[in-house]
Amino acid sequence: MFKKIIVKTLAVYFLSINFIQAAESGGMPQLNPEFWFSQIFWLVITFGILYLVLSKIILPKISDNLETRKSQVLENLELAEKQRNESEAKLKEFDNIILKSKIDAKNLFNESRKKLLDDINNKRQKLEEEIDKELKIVEAEIEELKKKSPEKINKIAIETSADVINQLIGVNVNNSSITAIVSDISSKNKTL
Amino acid sequence: MTQFNVYRIGPEIKISEIDISFTNASLFMAISTITILLIFNFGTKKNSIIPSKLQLLGELSYSFVSKMISDTAGTKAKPYFSFIFSLFMFVLFCNMLGMIPYTFTVTSHIIVTFVLAAFIFIGVTIIGFIKHGLGYLKLFVPSGVPMVLLPLIVVIEIISYLSRPISLSVRLFANMMAGHTMMKVFGGFVVSLGIVGGWLPLGFSVALTGLEILVAFLQAYVFAILTCIYLNDALNLHH
Repeated sequence: MFKKIIVKTLAVYFLSINFIQAAESGGMPQLNPEFWFSQIFWLVITFGILYLVLSKIILPKISDNLETRKSQVLENLELAEKQRNESEAKLKEFDNIILKSKIDAKNLFNESRKKLLDDINNKRQKLEEEIDKELKIVEAEIEELKKKSPEKINKIAIETSADVINQLIGVNVNNSSITAIVSDISSKNKTL
Repeated sequence: MTQFNVYRIGPEIKISEIDISFTNASLFMAISTITILLIFNFGTKKNSIIPSKLQLLGELSYSFVSKMISDTAGTKAKPYFSFIFSLFMFVLFCNMLGMIPYTFTVTSHIIVTFVLAAFIFIGVTIIGFIKHGLGYLKLFVPSGVPMVLLPLIVVIEIISYLSRPISLSVRLFANMMAGHTMMKVFGGFVVSLGIVGGWLPLGFSVALTGLEILVAFLQAYVFAILTCIYLNDALNLHH
């Protein structure tokens, strides 16, 4: 009985010693509650300071800066868009001006061409008319000359033939007979 | 396991029998806080339209957390942005500082992660009851469940809701502790196997360091995004 109790206490003693030793050196220091309160206390203090400083001072700064950047970027984008639109409008205007001036140039060219053509035509017509007039006059003259020429030729032929006859046979032939012969020949020539 | 030991730095401070001495854990909490504040302070000192590198870092993390919150919890969660941002940064920096050799990893202690998780749990529950009154209890009654299964489902939902702080805290704590223990173990192998056989564990150590840095970021992200999801439950009662 007595022996049993001694053995039991010894066993408990060794076990507890072993347990304590395990907790202190061999086991996990994490399960040793000696410094638990200290750890909790300092955790609360350090984390509290961290939270306060971050939330009150640092994070607002960062978020402000991010917002500023965002708004600035948006602003810049807007400005760029606006300027792009403006330049596009200008470009369109420029294109319109070029198109307009092209049309103007074409019109001007056509107009002047027409004018020139008209002018040339007028002048040509005038010239042609003049030429026609002169031609008519000349033709009339020629006609007149043509009309007159057979009589003259006949006269000359009569005179020459009379002279020739006179020279050949020394006889003054009657003009009227010669005239008859000449007109006969000339009429024959005409028929030829 | 000595890397997880907490020891007192400086004198013992006691407030009515409760020991709140400054320890190495407190030191690294303070270092994390000061590092975060310094980085963000220099990042926001000269706010310009075209940001400097530190400013860009601050703005990128701002938009990262902001997008995370709006994606998971919607626009209603905007008032809690600074809290989640601080939480994410604190956990991230505690994890990352722990990756430097001979430093102490604050988040590898269950009590720290549990206090954070419990605070989130209580806060989210209070927000839920303020926003929806007793209607917040509808969270435990999913719609479209047959009447026969309803009692069972409600019990499961309540248990899963109540285990949120535990799962949230244990996830972070276990990940950090396991990672650091693994690195310690492989480091020990390098020493014990010496110049002949130590190369393989050394390679593992290098790979693990990379993995741990990833885990450090990932766990901070998971912690923050789960907070957002819990907040979403409280703000927009979907069930």
